[in-house]
Parts: sequence; structure tokens; C-alpha cells
Amino acid sequence: MTEPHRPATQPTDALKAAAGNAATPEGASPPVVPPVAEPEIVQTRSQWRDVWRQFRSHRGAIVALAIFVFIILFVSVGPLIWRIDPTYVDIRARNSGFSLAHPLGTDQLGRDLLARLMAGGQVSIAVGLTAMAIAIFLGSLIGVMSGYFRRLDGPLMRLTELFLALPLLPLLLLMVTLFREPLSQTFGSAFGIFLLIVSAIGATSWMQSARIVRGEVLGLKEREFILAARSIGTPSHRMIVRHILPNVLSPIMVAATLGIATAIITESALSFLGLGFPPDFPTWGRLLYDAVDQMVLYPQRVIFPGLMISLTVLCVNYIGDGLRDAMDPRIRGR
Amino acid sequence: MKLKTVLMGAAAMLAMAPAAMAERGGDGQLGLILWQAPSTMNPYLSGGTKEVIASSLTLEPLAGYDAQGNIYPRLVTEIPSLDNGGISEDMTSVTWTLRDDVKWSDGTPLTAEDVVFTGEYCMHPEGGCSQLAKFEGVTAIEAIDPQTVKITFASPRPDPFAAFVGSQSPILQKAQFESCIGSNAPTCTDQNFNPIGTGPFAVTEFLTNDTISLEANSEYRDPEKPAFATVLVKGGGDAAGAARSVLETGEFDYAWNTQLAPDVIAGMEAAGRGKVAAAFGSLVERLHVNLTDPSSSLPEGERSTLEHPHPFLSDPAVRKALSMAIDRELLVEIGYGPAGKPTCNYVPAPEAWASENTECLTQDIEGANALLEEAGWVMNGNGVREKDGVTLSITYQTSVNAVRQDFQALIKQWWSEIGVETELKTIDASVFFGSDAGSPDTLQKFYADIEMYADNFDGTNPAPYLSKHTCNKAPSPANQWQGENTSRFCNEEYDQMVADLEGIVDADERAAMGRKMNDMLTKDNNVIIPIVYRGTASAHSNTLGGVELNAWDSEIWNVADWTRIEE
Amino acid sequence: MLNFTIRRLLLAIPTLLFISLVIFLLLEASPGDPLGDVPLTVPPEVRERMRAALGLGEPWPVRYVLWLKQFFWVEPLYWFDQVFGTAHAADMQRIISFQSRSPVFDVIAQRVPQTLTVVGMSYVVGILIAIPIGIMSAYKQYSWFDQIGTFISMIGFSMPTFFTGVVLIIIFAVKLQWFPSVYDTTHEVTDWNSFLVQARQMVMPVTVLALYNAAQISRFMRSSMLDNLGQDYVRTARAKGLTERVVVLKHVLRNSLIPVVTVIALGLPAVFGGAIITEQVFKVNGLGQLLITAIHGSDIPMVLTLTFIFAILIVVFTLIADILYGVLDPRIRYD
Repeated sequence: MTEPHRPATQPTDALKAAAGNAATPEGASPPVVPPVAEPEIVQTRSQWRDVWRQFRSHRGAIVALAIFVFIILFVSVGPLIWRIDPTYVDIRARNSGFSLAHPLGTDQLGRDLLARLMAGGQVSIAVGLTAMAIAIFLGSLIGVMSGYFRRLDGPLMRLTELFLALPLLPLLLLMVTLFREPLSQTFGSAFGIFLLIVSAIGATSWMQSARIVRGEVLGLKEREFILAARSIGTPSHRMIVRHILPNVLSPIMVAATLGIATAIITESALSFLGLGFPPDFPTWGRLLYDAVDQMVLYPQRVIFPGLMISLTVLCVNYIGDGLRDAMDPRIRGR
Repeated sequence: MKLKTVLMGAAAMLAMAPAAMAERGGDGQLGLILWQAPSTMNPYLSGGTKEVIASSLTLEPLAGYDAQGNIYPRLVTEIPSLDNGGISEDMTSVTWTLRDDVKWSDGTPLTAEDVVFTGEYCMHPEGGCSQLAKFEGVTAIEAIDPQTVKITFASPRPDPFAAFVGSQSPILQKAQFESCIGSNAPTCTDQNFNPIGTGPFAVTEFLTNDTISLEANSEYRDPEKPAFATVLVKGGGDAAGAARSVLETGEFDYAWNTQLAPDVIAGMEAAGRGKVAAAFGSLVERLHVNLTDPSSSLPEGERSTLEHPHPFLSDPAVRKALSMAIDRELLVEIGYGPAGKPTCNYVPAPEAWASENTECLTQDIEGANALLEEAGWVMNGNGVREKDGVTLSITYQTSVNAVRQDFQALIKQWWSEIGVETELKTIDASVFFGSDAGSPDTLQKFYADIEMYADNFDGTNPAPYLSKHTCNKAPSPANQWQGENTSRFCNEEYDQMVADLEGIVDADERAAMGRKMNDMLTKDNNVIIPIVYRGTASAHSNTLGGVELNAWDSEIWNVADWTRIEE
Repeated sequence: MLNFTIRRLLLAIPTLLFISLVIFLLLEASPGDPLGDVPLTVPPEVRERMRAALGLGEPWPVRYVLWLKQFFWVEPLYWFDQVFGTAHAADMQRIISFQSRSPVFDVIAQRVPQTLTVVGMSYVVGILIAIPIGIMSAYKQYSWFDQIGTFISMIGFSMPTFFTGVVLIIIFAVKLQWFPSVYDTTHEVTDWNSFLVQARQMVMPVTVLALYNAAQISRFMRSSMLDNLGQDYVRTARAKGLTERVVVLKHVLRNSLIPVVTVIALGLPAVFGGAIITEQVFKVNGLGQLLITAIHGSDIPMVLTLTFIFAILIVVFTLIADILYGVLDPRIRYD
């Protein structure tokens, strides 16, 4: 099997790309330089300013960022302005439509939908982002380790297979049975359950990204620029942080975007199983789930939470796209 | 005008036609949807309601209960009584006489041997029969002659109708099940899936947890019945989907257990294809108050046991106030609509046993507040009452179920108005209703202050149901947390009443005693706070005739009489 | 590569045994009761008897070893008997489900066709849609096509199937009455008309699942294509005078497939696992519904057997993915 088209070596490419902005001292300078690994502060600044400039030119990403900031404000500052308690039952006002007292109407118990959307958003976004971060961190760590160190490949991939094979539901039931009480006692009821949920979702959804990252790393490892970096004696940790990770960023970004959506939906499935937050505690997934039966009668009850979930996922996706483009020196150089 | 009259007449004739020309198999296919899919056709192996309903298409008991809860003969000529000599004078035996025209669907006649065999099948120590309780106290089942069966009890039985009465304990064919007795029961997949029965339909194909196909039993004793040639029982999905397939798309004729919010049902009924009906048996949704301390600071094994009384729920005033704060009418309106009635009774039926207990039906928040005030519980700065450093802070648990979660939210709100702080908790139904002694979340373990669920009793005799609440049946490590007295109610007087009830023979006296016991559990002590008397709701198509819901027996008890009618 | 494959297959045996033990212990430890479904009217003494009849009285190592024996010895013997008409397994106990008291493998065999037709078809449809969309979106990045594709796939992914499924049912089954809302698992395709009936009842579940799968795969395809389109070898290939078609479809596509192959290969065992929610919404009653009812009923033999078959598929498809990496990128070496 011959390879007709070998990618050009990356170091020269990166050098060319970086030449316009900051002259890098090493020949094998990485395409992306994380701030921690950067020795000179001045350079870091210019590098990140550069990323930001590129990011700004990505119109979709900027719009998405603006909407995302708005959503965050909506769920965090919103409740300070719209001060109805999301769990307050006003039975006389149940099933009301759009009105001044309840701009988005109320649910079957007369709870204000706007207040519930805000409160639900706090939980859903927090769960979505945190669980995704845990899953991506675990996934990338295990993926890179197993792709890069041949010795670790076998055990880590067997571990991944084990996790893929475990039936999720009994696992979650067991985790909740074992840890619900100790966690709520140590961290308080709400935060304890939050910790439990994000770690449960995170710990059961890292496998796909681990497999993808490993696949990419296996390919990257044989590229010339890695050989070059290794030939000048770059230690493994620096190799991974500077050369491998930046190059597997784009599948990680995609996995992260999809991960947020999955985490938000999984959280609703968990509360449906009685594993999540207390039942009167709204989350977007739960609002959507609870309203499915009443979809025909009160369509707004599914439309709003559905819209919020989709909007959040879309925003994260576009921001991810923008970031990826901005961090890719080949595009930035253009 | 004339033409129109003629046409209308013709149409009327057509509409009458199916009823007039009753003929076996003339009405085509009957579609039933049981969204919780039956896993077997042998009710002795499962005991679940879904299996009992499915098997009642094929298998029949000696006698059943009709929609009013009256016992009626099915495979026997008459119901045994003291008058006709069927029940012995000393009430220690009952004799059944089988009809002589009943044949199994394979053409062989039903004999007393089949009945005797069914008794042996269920009472076998290794069989794990789910209906064993129905045979409790039975010392012998004998075939006196091919048409006569005598059941002997160890002690006098005022109500001898347990074994072979109701669809939970139907008659199996001896010839078919002979090799399936005891530990062989699980190896008999064919028999369990395709039992030969005396009922109106016979199984043609059984796919477990999915679909059952049946055809009219050609040997059925009434040559004109059943009207339907085939039956398709479909499983899977959820209550909303099942109701939709009957009420909105008309793909099925009958959907079992369509418990949905009343406005959702009303929306679906608006399509005009069918309606939802409810039958009331003895099912009551209630709150159980934990009289023992569930605090996690206690060592494992002592939590929620009689050793430690509850810090504040052992105060009768608090329990009373909790009950007074609930608006049961509103709960019914929101959660059940026509399929529920507000109740204060633990035993809501039969009529003779139902106590005149209506005090709790009116919500009285002020009264509850006054009661608590009087008992020394005073509001602190956070709007929660406290006394001697104990605050009224409650954990309130139930299983995952949309209606129950709505109830939780409402009740939490009412309790907050009387200064009781509530934390809600939901548990997956399979864990909550399971009796895994290792799980902290079962309803028996009750590691919470209040829990909500529904329960009922089999048949029309509430005595075993009332006798659950004796001191020795309080769940504890000693009985592997399997006790049935979840509230841990421990009262010598009540225990004595349970013992006395056993000995009473006269029906009226039994009922009077039952009412007294019911009041003791509910309004006198508020150990159990009943909320809703629940019916089982099922949807049926307007083109289905003869449906008469029954909460005392299998819901489709009279499926042989069902017909297709024009709207 | 052959060496590698054999070594991996040998290594798979202890791995799978270990996985089966972990799954078994997990099911043992997790709360839940096979008798959870039995009404509360059944008294505790009777429950205890029923539990004993299920074999739950034995300690767990005994039950685990029994299951191993049944899975690796009795079941193969039984199938051998079926094929050759012998009777080696005549008096041996096969794996029996707690819920239905019938052999687990018979039930699985009943369910496989439904799952493969509906879930498998949706997966194929999903891939067939996703790959061209991914390629086009990447090649014409930020064009209208790309923007709309991104938008739709993100909506498709962020809307859970319990929602999209019900929306489809309300529109197409209730309002328009085009398709049935209940899937008939007993339907047999014998001629053109019955094929049409089958096609009609498959449309909605397949659409829902395909949308979900396509959304995911097309995102990975697009991002991977984008990475590769920026590489210098693409410029070189163009400079050599190769047509765009050859450059994109031959050179770039092939290099972009690694993450996509991972996603697809990982998704294939999931096809066997069925689609729990979609199967429930459309009442398809395939393996997903089987698994979820078994889990809810704490039917340990059923859950254990299903998840173990699932584990075998995962191990096999991971291996296939690894081999495919080597084919797609010959530089990758494992030994």
C-alpha cells in the first residue's frame, strides 16, 4: 500500500504561519501554544490577541457568542429581575396562556414558565458544561495516553471497552444508591446531587471521545513533525501538550459540542428515573419531558425549553467552530 | 325525503345487524393494547396485573367477580353457600360442582382432576407460585367425582372464596401442565406461553413482552360467542401512546391503564373515536407517616425501626395537621379527573366496610395552624415551626410518576403554609416497589418521613389488608425489611382487633369491626393519610360494545360478550 | 496485521470474561428486585418462595459460574443439537429469563429482526446522508449549504427522540393519518402490498433515528474534512494538476475518515443494543425495549446475556476499527 500524498511536514508550515506574528525561537514551534507552556509573556499576549482577532472575523461565532452570553445572563441575572419563585404553585392560575403576570404562561400547577425556564437553565447549562468538560477531559486524557504510549494502549482500550459495555442504567442506579446520601451530607442537598449527576454523566460518556482521540493520535504519531520534535529530544509531556493536543483539537471540539446536548438530555432522563434533582426542581430537559404529553394542548410548554436547548447547543457549536478556526495557524495565516 | 328515510332505515338495520346475528367470529379482529407488556400467560408464575389480564382471555377460574364485586359462577353450576350446602356447617370446607358442558380448547372435557391438579401446582413448595396466599389454610383439595371438588380448610372460613376465584387463580389443564410441577415450572415455556384454556380465546402466537395473537376458542361453551374471530394484544410504549392509538388514530379498540392528566384525556377524547372509563375497586393513594426516626445519624439497622420513635411525627397533632392541610378535591381534579374520588378511608369498599369518614375532605389550613400552635409548635424566622429545637422538616418520597410528582409539589406548598418544610424525593418504581433489602430506597425501608403510594386488596375481603398493620409486621432487620406495616404502627388495641377479626363469622359484625379498624388507622391516629380513591382508567373505542369495566377481577372479565357496534 | 489480529482476539477472551464478571457484580449490587412488579397484595412469605424459585437463594459466585457454564457450554450445545438433531443438551438448563421464564436466547432471536430492520436501516440511512453532507459542508465551508446543514444537524442532535418521535406521530399519524403510530411486529412481508405496509410503518421510526445519527456523523465528517483540506498535501495535489474531484474524494476523504470510522464502528454495536426511546415511542419492541424492560424488572440473566453479547460486539468492532485505521493510514503500525 503506497501513500500518494504525504502531508507536508508541519514544523515548516507552522513556522511559516507564525512568522508574520511572532518569531518563534525553536524550529519545531507548535501550531498552537497554550499559555502555560509559553515562556515569554509578551509572546503569549500577541498569540492570544491574534486568536481573538481571527475569532472576531468569524461572523457566526461572534453572533453565537453574543447569544450565548445573553442566555447566560438570562438564566443568571434573569431571576434577580423576574422574582417569581419557580416552584411556587399558584393553583388558580394553572394552564394560563401568555399574560402580563405570566409572560410565557404557566404549567398544569400554575407555576410560572418564565421563572422555570430561568431556573432550569442554570441547572441545565451548569450540568451540560461541567459534565461535558469532565467527559472531554477524561476522553482526551485516556485517548492521548493510549494513542501515544504503546504500553498503555492495551489496558486503557480494554478499560474503554469495559465502560462501553456496562449497562448504563444499573450503573447509575448503583451510583445514586451508594453516593446520594454521603454527598448530600457533605456538600448540601442541591450541590451534592449536582456533583453526583455531573460525575455520573461525565464518567459514562467519555468513551467515544477517547476512541476518536486515540485514532487521531495513532495517525499523528507517525507524522514527520513528531519525528522531528522527538529527534531533538522533546520530552513526552511537552510533546503531547504542544504537538499532539493542538492537532486533535477539532474532533475534540465536535465531541464537546455534541456532549453538551447529550448531557442536558441525559440529565432529564436521570430525573425521570428519580436519579436527578428533586422533582420540583426544574431543568430544561425535564420541562421538555414533562410537557410532551400536553404538546397538543399547550405547545408553548415544549417549544420554549426545546428552543433553549437547541439554541445553547447551536451557540456552543458555532463558538467551537470559531475557536477551532482561530486556533489553527494555517487558517489564521491566510 | 322518502329516499332519505329508506336510507336511514337501512342504516339502522345495518347498525342492528351485528347484535341481531350474534355469531362466533363474525366481528373480525379485536385490538387490545397493554402498554406494560405481558411476559407470560401463566398468572401463577408472575402475579402482575398485566399477566392476569392477558391470561383471562384464555384461562378461567371457577367463579369470578362481576363489575359490582358480586361473585358469580363461571365453570361451576352455582356459588356454594350455607343454604345450598356448598359450604359445610362448620365452615371448614367448600364444595364446587363443575358445569358439565365445559371443554378445553383441545376438545377434552374439564374435570375435577384439573382443579385438584391446579391446587397441587400452586401449592408445590418449589414452584414459587405467586398466588400461594390464596391457598393459605387449605389442607386438602379432593375430587369427589369428575364434576365435584371439595376444598378443606384447617380452620373455619367465613369467606372461603379465595382459591380458584377471580382471574388470579384460574384452572390449568392437568394433561398439559403435568410435567411442569415444582422446580420444573420454568422449563415449560411452551405451556406457560400457550396454555390450553376454557376461556373464549386460544393463543396462536405468544411473543413475550411484545405481542399475543389469539383466535376464538372453537370449543367455547356458548356457541354464539365470542363475537370476535381474533384478538391482537400489543405491548410496549407508554400510557399516552396507548390512549392515542385508541382515542385518536383508532388503530386499537381497547387500551388498558391509560392513567393520564384529565385535560390530556379530554383533548384526546375530543377526536370522537372513543372514551376513557374508570372502574373503582379498592385502590387508595395515600401517605404513610413514618412513626420511627429515619435520621441518617442513627446506626444502620436502627434507622426507621421501633427502637427510635420519630422526633415529631410521633406527635398526633402534627400528623393531624398534615392531613388537614391537604385539599383532596383539588388533587383529584388535577391528577385523576373522573378516575378518582377524594377519600379519608383506607378501606373504601365494599360498601359495608367503608366508614362514614368524611371529615378530612375539607381543607383547613387555619385549623391546622391553630392545632400546631396549640401543641406548642411555633414559627421560627424562616416560617418553619419548631419546638424544643426540633423543626418540622420532612422528607417526602414516592415513585417516579407524573401525577405523583404534581401531588408532591402541591402538598409541599400546602405544608409550607402550615410551617412545615418539605424536601421531595423520587425513586425509580422498580427500586421503590422492589423489596431488595440492600437498597435504602424501598418503600419498606422507608428512610424518609412521609411516603406516598397506592395499594389495594384482592377480591372483596379487606381483612388481610387490614391485618397488615400489626406491630410484628413493622419492617425491621429482623424480618429482612419485608414487613408490610410501613408506617410502623404499633398499637396493642389494634393488634387485638386483628386477632378478633379472624374469629368473627357474621358478615355485618366483621364489617363493623373493619370500619373501626379503618378509623383507627386514619382519622383517629392519622398514621395513614388517604388522599384519593383511585379507579383504573382504560380507553375503549366507540365501536366496541359490551365493555363493562371491572376493578374486582380481570378488567376484561366479560370479553366473551364484547361485540363490534356501529357508532 | 494478521499477527496483531490474532493477538488481539486471544487477549479478548480474558477481557470479556472480566467484563462479564463486572457486569454481573454491577447487576447484583445495584438496587432493584425481580419481584418489584408483583403487586403489594402478594405477602412477603410468598415473595420469598418466588425468589427461591428463581434461584436467587444461591450465593452469587455459584450463580455467576452457572451462568458462565450456560452461556459457553449449554447454549452452544443446544444450538448444535438444533442443527444436527442430536440431544447432548437435552436435560441441561438453558439460560432462563426471570420475567417470562423462557430461554433468553429464544427471546433475543425473536427481537433481532425488528431491531435490525428499523435501527439498522436508520443507521445506514443516517450514514448515507451524513457523509455527503459532511463533505459538501466542509468543501464549501460557510456557504448557505453548510450553514443550513449545520443548523439542521444541531437541531437534530439537540432534540431528544422522545420529543421528535411524538411530534412525528401527532403530525403524520394523528392529523394526516399517513403512517400507523403503532409498529406491528407480527407483520410478514410476502408480496408487494405487504412490503408497502412494512415500509409505511418503518418510515417514522427510521426518520427519527436517521436524523439523530446523521447529525452526529456529519459533524465529525465535516470537521475532519476541514482539517485535511487545509493541509499542504492538498495544495501539492492541486498543483500537480489533479482535478478537484480526485483531490477531494480520493485524497482528502480518505485521510478524513479516521475519526468517522471510529464513530461509525462504535455506533454499530449500539445498533444491536437497539434504540430504547425510539422503540418505545413507536412500540417497535426490539432489543432496546427488551433490555429496558429487563433492567426495570431486574431480570439479571436477560440483562447479563444481552450486555455480554453487546460487549462481544464492542470488542469485535473496536478491533475492526483498529484494522481499518491501518488500511486508511498505512503509517499506523501496532506492533
